[in-house]
Amino acid sequence: MFINFFFNLKAHGVPVSLHEWITLHHALSKNLNDCSLTRFYHVARSILVKNEIFFDRYDLAFLDTFKDIETTDEMLEKILEGLKKVKELKLSEEEKRQIEELDLDEVLRNFEEQLRQGHFKEHVGGNRAIGTGGRSTQGAWGYNPAGVRIGQGESRHKRAVQIAEKRSFRNYSSSITLDTRQMKVALAHLRALLPLGPEEKLNLEATIDATSKNAGEIELIWENKEKKAAKVILMMDVGGSMTPYARMVERLFSAASSQISRFKHFYFHNCPYQDLWTDIERRDSVSTAEFLRSEDSDYKLIMVGDAEMAPSELTWVNGAVDYWYHNDIPGLVWLQRIREKFRDSIWLTPIQRRAWGYVQTTRMIADIFPMFELTLDGLDDGVKFLMQGKGRLNA
Amino acid sequence: MDYFKGTGDYVLSPELKDNVNVSIALGRPLLVKGEPGTGKTLLAHSIAEGIGKRLNIWNIKSTTKAREGLYVYDTVQRLNDARFGDRDISDIKQYIKLGKLGESFSSEEQVVLLIDEIDKADIEFPNDLLNELDEMSFYIPETGETIKAKHRPIVIITSNSEKELPDPFLRRCVFHYIEFPSESLMEEIVYVHFPVIEKKLLRECLKKFYWIRQFDMLRKKPSTSELIDWIQALMAGGISPSKVEKELPFLGTLLKKKEDTDLVAQSSSGHHGFNTSIRTRNVY
Repeated sequence: MFINFFFNLKAHGVPVSLHEWITLHHALSKNLNDCSLTRFYHVARSILVKNEIFFDRYDLAFLDTFKDIETTDEMLEKILEGLKKVKELKLSEEEKRQIEELDLDEVLRNFEEQLRQGHFKEHVGGNRAIGTGGRSTQGAWGYNPAGVRIGQGESRHKRAVQIAEKRSFRNYSSSITLDTRQMKVALAHLRALLPLGPEEKLNLEATIDATSKNAGEIELIWENKEKKAAKVILMMDVGGSMTPYARMVERLFSAASSQISRFKHFYFHNCPYQDLWTDIERRDSVSTAEFLRSEDSDYKLIMVGDAEMAPSELTWVNGAVDYWYHNDIPGLVWLQRIREKFRDSIWLTPIQRRAWGYVQTTRMIADIFPMFELTLDGLDDGVKFLMQGKGRLNA
Repeated sequence: MDYFKGTGDYVLSPELKDNVNVSIALGRPLLVKGEPGTGKTLLAHSIAEGIGKRLNIWNIKSTTKAREGLYVYDTVQRLNDARFGDRDISDIKQYIKLGKLGESFSSEEQVVLLIDEIDKADIEFPNDLLNELDEMSFYIPETGETIKAKHRPIVIITSNSEKELPDPFLRRCVFHYIEFPSESLMEEIVYVHFPVIEKKLLRECLKKFYWIRQFDMLRKKPSTSELIDWIQALMAGGISPSKVEKELPFLGTLLKKKEDTDLVAQSSSGHHGFNTSIRTRNVY
């Protein structure tokens, strides 16, 4: 039995439930996979896995379980090697009718017999044996409606284990850093939990009032119900050590602006000081103090940066990395002020979690801001963290 | 039992075909995801045509409520009628209008029901339909009626994964992710739309199309439907394959954002480090 497939899936972190496992057995009992391992691979995947980001892990679990299995698919392949693709056979209507009279049982018997005798090498155009382009009841690219077709589709004779080995869904796996589409999905959480926009609703009290004043003549009063909207500020580190991530950051911007209606963004280099830049070239800026005074504190703040710099950039007066820039207040104080203003805030870093402990400034910033990885999982966790207001606990 | 074999005007991979049949045989909804423009919605049309059933489409919008799919009780109409006494208002039944799901249940024959873009709706929407899709029946308290499906409809659900769908809902579905078609499958798809296309033009178009799709920085990568539009424009304009090879006419049909057009135009004029020439390698 292959119950260990179930446990292998679990071990690889695919969220599969007993409900789905039983559904798979329903499918197998109806022979929906047609006794083929390749089709089993796809059928099982469609029933057990409900998100393409798990396809890669499914492949790994499948490999673990079925690596050494021998399948009928291999037998088919052996036959296919003997069959050469030839021009399709054209038959007259008369001939087609004759062939249609063949009985399926007889066909199957014949097929098995031919197979046993190995009559399938290089056979083209015959009337009985397995071959190609012929009128016989078995083979490929021929004509016989009652026949046994072997592996005509291009992709049919790929073995399931080979498909799994290719791991073509590796890119959808959620632990690699993001592309725009995936970011959109993750950021959509912001929108999902706080739906936007007006909604038409019957105002019952106003309707009763108006109707009474109208002496019973019914007057319907509709109101526009304004729902709470997600308000987001994004602050991004640009330049210096973030240059390799610039493209990724840019994508996060494009994804974010299309997902959230009230959206503001600012740039900084390594650490924000008394100015926040409004353009990526860092020419125009607003005063951070003014910004902290004037904005509503119910914005959700997402800081993006690698949090890797010299400790002096955080702790010294005039510690800013740009030699022409002077700051009277150390960066760390600015960070704390920002954090105090926006209780719902997180820091996203493209650096993997396991490397955080090695950099002193990363540890310092992680003490101020709840820190998450800039991966699909990290962004997901971070956004959920924001929406649940967990950040307020330790602010 | 119905078996879906595909239709002439819709090219699909054998895996997708298998999954459609699994979903029909198990009587479970088929959830289809994939990049925009990979033919998710068309699949339902093709299934309906392939097995000869009527297609019922329920388009989901951000304001759609699960109840609307079952039925709507038109109270305002009833109130209005009460004022003017046009109709017998004691008969509530005439104010109950069945939604798309209700219609599919009460239909005399089995239908194919397409729930299009389920992720557009509120996050609780799929959860509200769990029981109805499981039991294929629902109760109307106003009339005391229970609508039960005479034949379980074949349910196809599409999603652009704008929102995550809830787990209990996913457990009840069969899932298929439509991958972006490979070049050979794409060739087949184009042939379905343009049976008489010149081979050289097709090859040149595909080469350029997959070349453009390689750009990671594109805001929106062109999809199958955009390729079809582009080829149609090229054919209507009588553009020769050699012209497609040298320049990119009608680029606007493929790329819809100015940044994207600039990026591709820049790369093809040849100053940039990667993809230096528009004359791409012959990939065949």
